[in-house]
Amino acid sequence: MNEQEPFCPNESRRSFLKKSTVITAVALTPAAAINAANNHWDEHIAAAIENVSLSVEINGTRHTMDIDPRTSLLDLLRENLHLTGTKKGCDYGQCGACTVHVNGERVLSCLTLAATTDGSKVTTIEGLANGDELHPMQAAFIKHDGFQCGYCTPGQIMSAVACIREGHASSRDQIREYMSGNICRCGAYPNIVDAIEEVQKGGQKV
Amino acid sequence: MGDDIKMAGQPLSRVDGKLKVTGAAKYAAEYIIPNLAYGVLASGAIARGRIKSIDTAAAEKAPGVIAIITHLNAPKPPGYFGGKESSDPRTEGGEYRVFYNDVILYSGQPVALAIADTFERARYAASLVKVQYVKEPPQTDMLSNMDKAVVPKESDPDYNRGDKNAFDNAAFTFEQEYQTQLQVHNPMEPHAAIAVWEGADAITVYNKTQSSPIAQEDIAKAWKLQKENVHIVSKFVGGAFGGASRVWPEEMAATIGAKKIGRPLKVVFNRDQLFNMVGYRPQSLQKIKLGADKDGKLIGIHHEAYGNTSTYEQFTANMTSLTQALYACDNVSTLYRLVPLDVSTPCWTRAPGEAPGSFALESALDELSYTLKIDPLELRKRNYAAQNPDTKQPWSTKFLNECYERGAAQFGWEKRNPQPRSTTNGNWLIGYGMATGIYGAWRAPSSARAVLNSDGTLVVQSATADVGVGTATIMSQIAADATGIPVEKIKFELGDSRLPPAIGQFGSLTTTSVGSAVNDACVALRQKAIEYLKKSQSSLQNTPVENFAFGDGKIKTKDDAVSISYADLLQQQHLPSIEVTVDSKGSEEADKYSSYSYNATFVEVGVHALTNQLKVNRVVSAIDAGKIMNKKTARSQVYGSVTWGIGMALTEESVIDDRYGRWMVKDLADYHVPVNADIPAIEVLFIDKSDDILTPIGAKGLGEIGIVGVAAAIANAVYHATGKRVRDLPITPDKLV
Repeated sequence: MNEQEPFCPNESRRSFLKKSTVITAVALTPAAAINAANNHWDEHIAAAIENVSLSVEINGTRHTMDIDPRTSLLDLLRENLHLTGTKKGCDYGQCGACTVHVNGERVLSCLTLAATTDGSKVTTIEGLANGDELHPMQAAFIKHDGFQCGYCTPGQIMSAVACIREGHASSRDQIREYMSGNICRCGAYPNIVDAIEEVQKGGQKV
Repeated sequence: MGDDIKMAGQPLSRVDGKLKVTGAAKYAAEYIIPNLAYGVLASGAIARGRIKSIDTAAAEKAPGVIAIITHLNAPKPPGYFGGKESSDPRTEGGEYRVFYNDVILYSGQPVALAIADTFERARYAASLVKVQYVKEPPQTDMLSNMDKAVVPKESDPDYNRGDKNAFDNAAFTFEQEYQTQLQVHNPMEPHAAIAVWEGADAITVYNKTQSSPIAQEDIAKAWKLQKENVHIVSKFVGGAFGGASRVWPEEMAATIGAKKIGRPLKVVFNRDQLFNMVGYRPQSLQKIKLGADKDGKLIGIHHEAYGNTSTYEQFTANMTSLTQALYACDNVSTLYRLVPLDVSTPCWTRAPGEAPGSFALESALDELSYTLKIDPLELRKRNYAAQNPDTKQPWSTKFLNECYERGAAQFGWEKRNPQPRSTTNGNWLIGYGMATGIYGAWRAPSSARAVLNSDGTLVVQSATADVGVGTATIMSQIAADATGIPVEKIKFELGDSRLPPAIGQFGSLTTTSVGSAVNDACVALRQKAIEYLKKSQSSLQNTPVENFAFGDGKIKTKDDAVSISYADLLQQQHLPSIEVTVDSKGSEEADKYSSYSYNATFVEVGVHALTNQLKVNRVVSAIDAGKIMNKKTARSQVYGSVTWGIGMALTEESVIDDRYGRWMVKDLADYHVPVNADIPAIEVLFIDKSDDILTPIGAKGLGEIGIVGVAAAIANAVYHATGKRVRDLPITPDKLV
């Protein structure tokens, strides 16, 4: 029995661009355009023109660049800017490892297209400390052993800071509830709650 | 051990904590490599059959694409295609070989690798690969394939002591079946590999591994390279739990792809690919038969276990081993079988055999306790094994009774009303449950190097790993005690195949094995330092070794007549450094004893009387794992084990649609890893008594013991709360209707 894979929605993207290019080209110089299409130059042209410009402030530094519109904020940080402190855990918005602050609010950077952050201020784990001086939440995570492998940790810390700023850290139960978007497979949850509770009660500015 | 400072046991914060909280710790996919290309694997759409054709034309023409690799054009690793069935002594059969041929062995198997200059372009190109299959009906349901069960080729899958017919003389007999689910490791860091060829004969691979020496050996074997020409770098591992203890398709795809394109290549799995490309805990069906006299003394135990494996490889994790050693019972028989299915090969998962095995055995004990009307804790105490009931060897140490007593006292076990469904709190039915855990303690041969520098700093190296437990921290503490050098002047290096070979991080072996090697290397180093000191001071010529003391970075005589810092000693002797490498292994004396870690887990659950919503209200975990090296990291490790146990008991399960052999539950929205709100207060009690027979540092191993018995303790508490016994995991509200 034979089976063809089901229809792939991505397939239509290039076909559409190709058609558009050809239609535009027909009005100009048909032969050259058809030649271009056959040689897939249209792909190269499309790739160049479909980039979008982005100007975003990340950890206090403004970055202006042209990016592939498919780039998520997470991949922009990790692959383009080498800010690998922000982690890719699932890429589907289900684990919280990629949590960063955009204009002061916690967001999942894997579900945020980088292009939508144009003009925004992004803070990542690399931007949380004040030089060599750790942010109180970072220090509390070390003190209370709020991690083991460390991979979910940047996302936990960015969420934890936002959790206090949002006013969602008034009790241990509330902390547990509002930190449940960040999975820790090592199971450091009680320590994470201890760390957040201490920072919240300490009244330091977060 | 150093006389002034006893670092081992101290709740020292992690030495690599700052790197982790600032995002500076580098995991496999995060190394910056010039000219790096990106590879994305396309997964197959059927569970069994053949690839009829692959159309890669569209993918190849997509922008930025460098190559599309399939079984048709993949460079052939010579050791991979050598015709030998298996190159891995740890598994029977032939391991899965990515891009080997057109045969589809399991759902989601990689069929193509799209390589491009950016991740987005590689991902898009992977989506353009079109595959036609010749489909065959897959068999993925274990229970309907029990007739295909085979005897594992591993040695002694079955066991018998005493009289198989002892049950005939028992006043009470009990027989029941239990099932555990397919559990997936799901570490937060996806498996990833960056392959960098340095010419045709040498390669560096940055990967996620629990053992750089094993990864080195596997890749050297596949590519027929000299071992020393394969360099594995894996400094930080974002969780593994057994799932990174062998080389998987991402490493092989990266090495094959990088070979093809002649430039460095990174391959990272998607979350859905992590569900069945890098192993999982197999499902199990277990049968338990117990015979007892009226006082609860066990007359006979029979434990049968069936686990699934793949069609191409036998994965074994014997679920019945613990039954042979846990209780004093003269008549014990066990049997272990594998059911091959059209799925990928399972893999070691935290307490591989013990976690599911203990669910069956410890649930059965609980059931027996109600039949006999004996308190479940008391029933276990009445069957306490004073020596290993199998080998008749003495225990090196066993403090299980202390676990029972301290755990029960802390939990308030005496308040338990023996009647099920007797305790309520508003709309919640409250239940208490407990179980025993056991996990073998071993020490594997390992090496360590200690380098003392003339500035008084110490570097200790070993090719072990840290998947999150705090290896570098406790090794630094052990080294501090052995040398008297302050811990902040010590650096421990791991996660690199060029370091002295050592056991990987699995089987609760790191502290017992590598910790002992670090201790031995540091002891040898200080001996060497004494020799230099004696050379420089003739008055010390005849001073016996035991008259020297070490502390504050100094060597002293115990009478304080001589005291010199390591730094001054080396400088006086014009030595830039002194260095010792030690191969360390267990003593022959230790072979005369039997060694295990133990726990007693006590759990309170709440079950909502109207909705059957389940929650764990509190847990007390009392642990005998020998001397605890760091009470802070150790407590965290047990938190993790208990959390895993809660997931196993209540929330986690991957499900296969057996009509198509396809995995239906393959993301973190459908596969419910416990989240913060699921986890209650957990109290961890360490007995913390040294086992000086097994290891010079007194440790027995902690990584797995905390999960063993947790699922049974929860199931037992659910029964106590509701009067309903659930014998197949996970315990979801529908099973309580």
